[in-house]
Amino acid sequence: MSDTKIEGQPGYAPGTHVSGRDIRDKKIPYTWWEVEAQYAYSLGPANARFLKELKEGKIIGRTCKKCDRVLVPPRMFCEWCYSPTNEWVYLKDTGTVETFSISYLDPDANRIEEPILVGVVSIDGASPKHGFMHYFGEMKPEELHIGMRVKAVWKPEEERTGSVRDIKYFKPLKDGGDE
Amino acid sequence: MNKVAVIGGGMTLFRRHLNETGKELSFLASKMALEEAGIQNSDIDMVVMGSAPCAFDGIHMKGENLLDGTGAKNKPYVRVFNGGGTGVFAPIAGWWHVASGVADVAMVVCEEKMGSCYPHPQTAFQTIWDPILDRPLTPNLVWLFAMEMNRYMTRHNIKKEDIAQVAVKNKRNAVGHPCAQLPDENITVEDVLNSEIMAWPVNLLDISPPSDGASALILCSEEKAKEFTDDPVFVDGVGWNIDSTMWTNRDLYFPDYVANAAKMAYKMAGIKDPRKEIDFAEPYDPFTYKELHHMEGLLLCDKGEAPVLTREGVTERDGDLPICPSGGLLGVGNPIAATMGQKVCELYWQLAGKAGKRQIPGDPQVGVGQAWGDIMQMGTVIVLRRG
Repeated sequence: MSDTKIEGQPGYAPGTHVSGRDIRDKKIPYTWWEVEAQYAYSLGPANARFLKELKEGKIIGRTCKKCDRVLVPPRMFCEWCYSPTNEWVYLKDTGTVETFSISYLDPDANRIEEPILVGVVSIDGASPKHGFMHYFGEMKPEELHIGMRVKAVWKPEEERTGSVRDIKYFKPLKDGGDE
Repeated sequence: MNKVAVIGGGMTLFRRHLNETGKELSFLASKMALEEAGIQNSDIDMVVMGSAPCAFDGIHMKGENLLDGTGAKNKPYVRVFNGGGTGVFAPIAGWWHVASGVADVAMVVCEEKMGSCYPHPQTAFQTIWDPILDRPLTPNLVWLFAMEMNRYMTRHNIKKEDIAQVAVKNKRNAVGHPCAQLPDENITVEDVLNSEIMAWPVNLLDISPPSDGASALILCSEEKAKEFTDDPVFVDGVGWNIDSTMWTNRDLYFPDYVANAAKMAYKMAGIKDPRKEIDFAEPYDPFTYKELHHMEGLLLCDKGEAPVLTREGVTERDGDLPICPSGGLLGVGNPIAATMGQKVCELYWQLAGKAGKRQIPGDPQVGVGQAWGDIMQMGTVIVLRRG
C-alpha cells in the first residue's frame, strides 16, 4: 500500500500489491477454480461450403454484385451494402502476403523455440485486400515479406477434415506471377 | 443536451496482482473520486460500470458482482462493455446519463482483475478469435498487434527505433504517477529494441502489462458543478465507431473507425482544426505503435507523420503536442477498462491543473482521450475542455 499523500491527483494509490510467485507458492491464501466447458460451433451455410471446398483442395468465395466485390472468407450477406451475397465463385490457391508476424508465443503466452510464421494472405481472384489468416512455410523467416507471392500447400487428400488446416501453410510462389 | 462537467476522479494502484477483490478495488477508486468532488455516495443519482471480458475476473456477469463496490445498490446502474474501448466508452455512457437530464450526478467506475486468469490473461483472449476461421491456427492475441504494426511500419517505411521511442517517453512520463506499474526513468530506445521478441515486430517492451486496478470519474450537470467548483472542466464532445470483425478484408495501416469516432466528437465539440485546437492527447497505447496509429486516427497529424513528431520531441510533456502525459498504458499499466484513469481522469486532472509532477506546462485548455479494442475495430473518443 502506497497511500502516502503526494502533491496533485491521484494524491495516493490505494491497493495492496502481491507477487505472482507468492500466489503460486501459496504463501498467501487464494481460492482456485478451474472451468471445464466445451462448445460445438454451428458453421452456417457460408462456412460449411467454405470448409467443404477446402476438403476438396479448393478455395471458394462469394460475390456481391451490388458492391462488385468477391468476398473470402465467404459470407451469405455483404456487410458493406447490407444485402445478400449472390454467387459462389472458385478462387485460386495463390495470393499475396498483406502482413505477417514471426511469433515466439503460444496461445497461453508461453515461449516457443521454433517461431510460427503467420500472416494474412489476400487471395487471387478475390477483391483487393480480401483474404484470411494462415501460416507460412518452406521459407526462412527473413525471406517472408509484405507483397510476397505465395501458394497454398495442401494436406494429402486423405488427411483433410474440412478445416482451415486442410491448407498446411502458404509457400513462396517461385515465379512470382499467376499460374 | 445539457452541458456535462467533470468534478472528481480516482484510481487505485495498478499491479499485475492486487490483493483486493474487484469489489474492494471499485470501492477504493470510487471513494477517491467522491473525496475529490467533495460529495457523498448519497449525492450520486446513477452509476455506470465499465469492465471488459468476464473471463479475466472469472466471474460471469461481473457487473452485477461489482455493484456493491460502486455504491449503486438500489440505484439505476448499468455495465457497458466494448473490450479495450470500454475505458473511454464508460465515461461516454456516463455523459449521456447527465446530458439527457436523466441524472444530475453520475459516477463512472471501471474495474479489471486480469491477474485472476491463469496461466496468463492471454488465455482468456483465445475465445475472441473466430472459432471456425481463426482458432484452428491456435492464435495468440499478440499476433493481431504484430500484423497491424507490420502493416503500418511497412506502408509508411517506419523504423522500429522510432516506434520504440514511444515506450521510452511513456515509461518516463509514468515516473510522476503514484499508481504506475512500469515507470522507468532510465529506459532507452536500445532497451526496447533489445528486449525479448514476442511476435516480431513486437518486442516485450513494446507491450503494456496486464494489470489489476480500478478507476472512477464523477460527472454532473453545469448547475450542480457550480455548487462544487468555480473552475469546472466540461465534456465537450464524444464519439464512438466500430468496423467489421472481418479484419482480413481491410487494410490495417490506418484505423478509419478511430477517425470516424474522432470526427463525431470534434463536431460535437465545435473543433474544426484538431491540430490547432487540441492542446494534448491521451491516445490508447497498449502497444508502442498504437499511440502513433491513434494520433493519426485522431487526425492530430498526417498519416505516417506521428513517428516523426515523436522523434522530434513534439509529443513530450513539454513539447508542442504532449501525448500520454499520464505515462499511458505502457508506463502506468493496462487493467483494460480501468485505463479510464489515464485516458479520461488524466484529461480532467491536467485541465484542472491538478496533475502534480505530471502537469503539462502552459495552462492546457482542451484535451482528447481515446480507447480502442475488440478485433482491431472499436474506436471511442472524448474531448474535455476547461470551462
